[in-house]
Amino acid sequence: MIAIARLTIGEAARRRILWVLVVLALVAVGVTGWGVDRLVTIARASGSPELTVQLGVSQILIFIAFQFSFVLAMTAAFLGSPAIASDLESGVALALLARPLRRTSYLMGRWLGLAIVLVGYGAGSAILAILVVGWVSGYTPPSIALPVVYLVGEGLVVLTLSLLLSTRLPPIGAGAIAVVAFGLAWMAGAIERVGIAIAANNPGVNLDIVGQVSRAVLPTDGLWRGVIYGLEPGIVIAAASGQPLAEANPFFAATPPSPAFLAWAVAWVVLVMLVAAFSLRRREL
Amino acid sequence: MNSGYVIDVTGLRKRYGRVEALVDLTMTVRPGEVFGFLGPNGAGKTTTVKLLLGLARPSGGKGRLLGAPLGDREARRRVGYLPELFRYQPWLRAREVLALHADLIGLPGPGRARAFDDVLGLVGIADRASDPVSGFSKGMQQRLGIGVALVGDPALVILDEPTSALDPLGRIDVRGILRTARDRGAAIFLNSHLLSEVEQVCDRVAIVDRGRVVAEGPLAEVLGEQETRIRVEGLAPAGLAALAGFGDPRLDGDDLVIRQLPADRVPDVVAALVGMGVRVHGVTSGRESLERRFLELVGRSRETAA
Repeated sequence: MIAIARLTIGEAARRRILWVLVVLALVAVGVTGWGVDRLVTIARASGSPELTVQLGVSQILIFIAFQFSFVLAMTAAFLGSPAIASDLESGVALALLARPLRRTSYLMGRWLGLAIVLVGYGAGSAILAILVVGWVSGYTPPSIALPVVYLVGEGLVVLTLSLLLSTRLPPIGAGAIAVVAFGLAWMAGAIERVGIAIAANNPGVNLDIVGQVSRAVLPTDGLWRGVIYGLEPGIVIAAASGQPLAEANPFFAATPPSPAFLAWAVAWVVLVMLVAAFSLRRREL
Repeated sequence: MNSGYVIDVTGLRKRYGRVEALVDLTMTVRPGEVFGFLGPNGAGKTTTVKLLLGLARPSGGKGRLLGAPLGDREARRRVGYLPELFRYQPWLRAREVLALHADLIGLPGPGRARAFDDVLGLVGIADRASDPVSGFSKGMQQRLGIGVALVGDPALVILDEPTSALDPLGRIDVRGILRTARDRGAAIFLNSHLLSEVEQVCDRVAIVDRGRVVAEGPLAEVLGEQETRIRVEGLAPAGLAALAGFGDPRLDGDDLVIRQLPADRVPDVVAALVGMGVRVHGVTSGRESLERRFLELVGRSRETAA
């Protein structure tokens, strides 16, 4: 497993994937810092109170995180979807799996190697962006670690799904399905939020089930809500909680993900890896 | 099953949906021999290799590889394999590909570098050891693949069409490589449809057709009896009968064929023919070529199936 993980990281480095990710991260953080700096400078020059500026920056940071969560999910899908499928298609897997290498170890090695690359990219970019925004605006979220952990958690969920699909589908198919599933999960979460707002005035309406099912099937949106919660200042949470319109906002979270949900998210990754291992073991080469 | 064999399979079957790739495959391969596994395209050769290595599961039958059940992980540690569809990580250097496979079989660190030099030299790509595989021609990748199969001095080397991408010089090199590997104690399972290749290096062969072994044994045995062919002109049927004293003569086109004719009696046959007024254009003596025997066996197997 370690040999395959090392091989996977080496492949990412040799094929310049790592360097492309590093450059993209630096460019994205640079543009973010410049943009936030401009906005804050203009807001302060126009006499906006500092509290308003800080709240505005917190919302911009959440929006940037939203964009980045898509980028990270797509990166996870494009790293994970060819990881097994292209080895099987090209014949590289024949020489490897004829060795005393368990297919489960091969799969785990692939996951571990890609997870290290993804976590390095996701956490590095996110932490750098938060620090740069803090530097130019003076606003840093209550916790840096919490939103970053939830963010890379989202990426790992998509990576795991991509690897499962990669054991049976060609790379493009596996990648497309993983990205679409991620998007649908976010939309299901947004529908649930709207349902909560409507339910405040119409007790008969209940769309909770949409979000609950979606979080069970693919826990990315639940983790995304953790990112939002982690980036929000306490004052926003205190002021907006229980307000129907605020609750409907897909960029607002009144509570962090429950421990039960987090346990399910971890169990989901383990279960999907077990299914992926079963799928790969059953596959005839 | 005799655990002394490196490969020992009985009644192996493999079905892909409605297609029966292997029907009833039984064969044995002994330690230290070069075993040729011959068959036309689609006969089930590559399927057999995949079953031996646990890359696919048999639908029936049983087998052992190096004394362990098919697919056993520890047994695979002592097996080198060149797939028919050989492909190695294009971004790795040749030496790194060997190192990866050395890692996977748990080859200890000390002596590795020398082992890699040895293998790269043997397969003729020592000067490209530090080059990325992406720059290799198909022939060089196949040489590298043979090197990968030889890493760690395996007890059994399974080569699936090992010269498919090589030029004639490369094919001659491979014969030398196979002999060297055998001399080092490895048994070699050579899966091929190139009869001349098999004929020149194999100790024993099995001919497979439509998923069954139709002949197996030492090369000389599978090739059949020695025969003498005399190219003649003007031999009448009555003259053929007059030659009965030399064995069981028959006409094959313009050739008079006599099986098991002792070499010292060849001049007598020629003299008898000349005495009958038959013109003699040439005499060849030897065993049937593998190609002729192969066609005969495969043809017979298909007649039986029909």
